[in-house]
Amino acid sequence: MHPSRRDNGSAGEPRPAPEGPPALSVDNLRAYYLMHYFGVEREVRAVDDISLVVRRNEIYGLAGESSCGKTTFLKTIAAAVRPPLTVVAGSVRYGFLDRDIYALSPAELSAIRWKHLSYITQGSMNVLNPVRRVRQSFIDFAYRHMRLHRRAFFAAVEQHLRRLHLAANVLDAYPHELSGGMKQRVTIALATICRPEFIIADEPTTALDVVVQKDVLAMIREAQQQIGSSMLFVTHDMTVHANIADRLGIMYAGRLVEEAPTAEIFTKPMHPYTAHLVASLPRIGEQSRKKSLSGAPPNLAAPPSGCRFHPRCPLTMDVCREASPALTTLAPGHRVACYAASPLVKPSATAERAAVPTPRAEPVGLVQ
Amino acid sequence: MSGDLLEAGHVTKSFAIGGLFGRGHFNAVDDVSFTVQAGRPEILAIIGESGSGKTTLARMILNTLAPTSGAIRFRGEELLEVRGRKRRLDFMRQVQPILQNPYEAFNPLRRVDRYLYASAVRLAGAQSQKARDEAVDAALQKVGLSLAEVKGRFPHELSGGQLQRTAIARALISSPALIVADEPVSMVDASLRMSIVNLFQRLRDELQVSILYITHDLATAYYISDRVIIMQKGKVVETGPAREVLIHPQHPYSILLKESVLSPDDVGRGRLTLEHDGEAMRLERIVR
Repeated sequence: MHPSRRDNGSAGEPRPAPEGPPALSVDNLRAYYLMHYFGVEREVRAVDDISLVVRRNEIYGLAGESSCGKTTFLKTIAAAVRPPLTVVAGSVRYGFLDRDIYALSPAELSAIRWKHLSYITQGSMNVLNPVRRVRQSFIDFAYRHMRLHRRAFFAAVEQHLRRLHLAANVLDAYPHELSGGMKQRVTIALATICRPEFIIADEPTTALDVVVQKDVLAMIREAQQQIGSSMLFVTHDMTVHANIADRLGIMYAGRLVEEAPTAEIFTKPMHPYTAHLVASLPRIGEQSRKKSLSGAPPNLAAPPSGCRFHPRCPLTMDVCREASPALTTLAPGHRVACYAASPLVKPSATAERAAVPTPRAEPVGLVQ
Repeated sequence: MSGDLLEAGHVTKSFAIGGLFGRGHFNAVDDVSFTVQAGRPEILAIIGESGSGKTTLARMILNTLAPTSGAIRFRGEELLEVRGRKRRLDFMRQVQPILQNPYEAFNPLRRVDRYLYASAVRLAGAQSQKARDEAVDAALQKVGLSLAEVKGRFPHELSGGQLQRTAIARALISSPALIVADEPVSMVDASLRMSIVNLFQRLRDELQVSILYITHDLATAYYISDRVIIMQKGKVVETGPAREVLIHPQHPYSILLKESVLSPDDVGRGRLTLEHDGEAMRLERIVR
């Protein structure tokens, strides 16, 4: 019925981990908002020492509540950093690049964007020009990367839309003529038209309702499988992660606190925050009372000492208040940063390093 | 007290679409009837996808929009007849809204406590500063906050969950009998969602407030509500006790809704399938 579905025979089944370099490897990344107003320095540690690897052909889910630094992390790995956000330390390497993304010149960066690294945003209206037809958005984003003549370019666009089961006449619609779900589908088509190696998806289904959400998720996964790219999928909705991600990382207050294959996160969570997230999911057919977490997410300008989760944690020990736990591998592919999970978890080097003045990448002209 | 707290009888709201030529009508809410009994507080969930007329119905219940036909009665009094400042204030005291997005409900340039004080003065009749503080603090205590935490703060200084709880506290100041909550948790983080939902349950059990919980999230609706109404394109397609309807839905649309709910039990690469044919059909209509 749909020949495009058959060219990827493995659709639906998890594939064996492919060999070769990872699609994305992030090492000890720190990105702070550095502000100095009137001689007072203030720093907000939105991304604090995050290391992770996204394998080829994998959907890596990143979960965490709002203001835990998810979006800052995405900006940092997309090299879309503007003051006051500053990358203080660490490296971001992609499989398609031979060096760190921060070593690129602006022109080189602009050449890889959308062609190799693309982005599905939460609000599709932020991407589609409201006063031009959808056709114009495709020209704006993809025309220069495709290096095709206009007629061949539109033939390619229409073929791509057909592959994603969209009618070609969406190109002639204005964004306001499309429903929310259709707009989100158009942005997915837009993000995958150049067959990028890496796709970043930032809460792509949060604003949609249940029926549409399921279709859009199915489309994201089908597109990802067709073009064989890797994906970093960010949302706070754990049920979405359960249905789309291969591996899952849980972020809390700027740090990665747990990382494991999705099934393991849901069946054997080791960090108390993860355990809470999983336990508090409402299910149809189950009515036992769900506990909610007390307290509020910490202010990243003045984070709690030690483990950042300790003021809200049911398992707090003395050591939690003093030193922050390092992300430790406790089972194959399962990393946790919690003293209560295992005695193997040791304090990270962060505590000592924080005493030394933090190395600054370069003094960007902040306030002038 | 006996009788009905809220009674909607054959309510229809139609909007005119198109210009001078080819003028048409579009029924956002089409012949909807339901009742909420007085003296027996309950949580009634109204479920439907976007465009199903949930919000239009909420606005008619809040008396900011008049139905085209049919009548909504609150304690036996028709809402169209609630005119004049005094009667209108009296109605507002008893029926209060909670909006979807707390960040949009509060003006970012205005301190949050100003809204609370304004409600205390206008709706609870608190004249002195002391009475105002007491009324506001009492309402905030009910939602697990205190005046000291909120006083003098701007919306950006509170977290989303705190802000939504402040919005609920504001609605509670006048001790309403009915709260209309329009998608109160869809913009709140998953970890805070349960704290809001548990709060609704407490309001029903301890403060005897009836709640109209408008949502598209079937899982939380199952978790807290007593009865559900499922709407599609303005019409009620199924109604009944929450457990029964959500576990054994009868109408095809209710079944579709239930099947679309992603379950955390499908861990891994769950059960996502595309339904292209239905979508292509929808597209033909949307694109001219």
